[in-house]
Amino acid sequence: MDKHKSTEKPEKELSSESRRDFLKTTSILTAIAVAPATVAKAAEFNLGEKMSTAFETTPVNLTVNGVKKQLNLEPRATLLDTLREQLDLTGTKKGCDYGQCGACTVHVNGQRVLSCLSLAIMHEGQEVTTIEGLAKGQELHPMQQAFIKHDGFQCGYCTPGQIMSAVACIQEGHANNEADIKEFMSGNICRCGAYPNIVKAIQEVKNGGRKS
Amino acid sequence: MIQFQYERAATTKAAINGLANSTHAKFIAGGTNLVDLMKRNVMAPTKLVDINRVPLKDIQQLNGKISIGALALNSQVADHPLILEKHPLLSQALNAGASAQIRNMATVGGNMMQRTRCPYFYDTALPCNKREPGSGCGALEGVNRMHAIFGTSEQCIAVHPSDMCIALVALDASVIVAGPKGERRIPFEEFHRLPGNQPEKDNVLQNNEMIISVEIPDNELSKNAHYFKVRDRASYAFALVSVAAALTMDGKVIRDARLAMGGVAHKPWRLREAERSLAGKTVSEETFRQAAEIAMQGAKAFKYNAFKLKLGPNVIVEALKNAAGLV
Repeated sequence: MDKHKSTEKPEKELSSESRRDFLKTTSILTAIAVAPATVAKAAEFNLGEKMSTAFETTPVNLTVNGVKKQLNLEPRATLLDTLREQLDLTGTKKGCDYGQCGACTVHVNGQRVLSCLSLAIMHEGQEVTTIEGLAKGQELHPMQQAFIKHDGFQCGYCTPGQIMSAVACIQEGHANNEADIKEFMSGNICRCGAYPNIVKAIQEVKNGGRKS
Repeated sequence: MIQFQYERAATTKAAINGLANSTHAKFIAGGTNLVDLMKRNVMAPTKLVDINRVPLKDIQQLNGKISIGALALNSQVADHPLILEKHPLLSQALNAGASAQIRNMATVGGNMMQRTRCPYFYDTALPCNKREPGSGCGALEGVNRMHAIFGTSEQCIAVHPSDMCIALVALDASVIVAGPKGERRIPFEEFHRLPGNQPEKDNVLQNNEMIISVEIPDNELSKNAHYFKVRDRASYAFALVSVAAALTMDGKVIRDARLAMGGVAHKPWRLREAERSLAGKTVSEETFRQAAEIAMQGAKAFKYNAFKLKLGPNVIVEALKNAAGLV
């Protein structure tokens, strides 16, 4: 995790550099990016805001784990692929990629959502929190600690999604009893079957831990 | 996923204009169904109009009715104090659908517009008249365990997948839609359609129209309402059969009943004759069993879904017992 943090910035710049070169050298991809001011004006006049035509990338601004990111993305880029492949935040997992498993769960403006069914461009200006953004420096989030304490995983692949979902489950007020937790965590599938321990971890945080 | 043009609209008018001059344009709100279908190449719009910034999220009490904006999130509706108090049936149905994450993304309008989960519709290697008119129906003679028992045609036996819509049809909701020529109101029961010879059409919304809101008239059903859903696992699965039941009671006597079924037809299936049979009767399992028999008249099963002919009436009885407080 630390290693990622220290290399995050240079890698990000590297990737946007190479994208820029790609754009420069590919005439068909000459981007006609619409400046934000024009965009606001277009909306005022009910013209609809032409953000991108086929084969263009569009500037997208996201705040990811508290850091502002400026990206150039194709409209079809999902939030999941953007996090993993543009921002090198590979903690968010690609399980099914069709909204059936919950491994890709992140928070957008504080709400848990599936990043695989989200187009990144639709989150312009919004705040995204991934599993990498939960810990405070060296100190793990209470939910991360509780998952370790209660052995809430085996292979670990679903765990980032489970933890993001679990944190939100408590914040939403849907973790009041075991039945509630099972129902409102049902969007996160664990093929190893760590469910009973995941429920214990959530109950512990709900009953005593920090909630956000 | 093929490339597409992306546009953002901030007003209803801009959104509707965004559909003009483009037969392959679609609105996108939550995207939970459309992005899935685009990844699988089942749908391939050449233009997406993002309507998330159109201000249609309000849930409010108006004179004699509650209005829910088309862009209100499923989770926002399910947890809203007005809905919990006045239409708990809707809240229960919403929470029976999808997962918490999906409910945080999916909107009311998008929920109504979602496509069937028929596996033949989803697999582009197989025939499907809904996806590709004229290609045939793979489900008719195929694996049709999840399929319809009411209102089917030779062209299509797919079911409508929503839970929310089953509650809304039972609650006599209306849909307000806007197009280039202004607004019109559609009774919820008439919004979705049966497959007939045009299974590619799920509903009566025109290509240049947008759902603005859903309205639910005030009623006295809130104390005796229950949504009962049977599925292959305890949560996060589509219905095999579901029933929305709501009663207005005078002591033990039923004054007014509402019944609708999910997982059995190409549209939310309102059971009006069964409702009429309940009016004036005293609540009992026997009464409910008779209503369920009436409800199932005309049902027709296929090779793998004959179990729905038994499951259907049982779910109706259980939903009514729960609504009446008999369990």
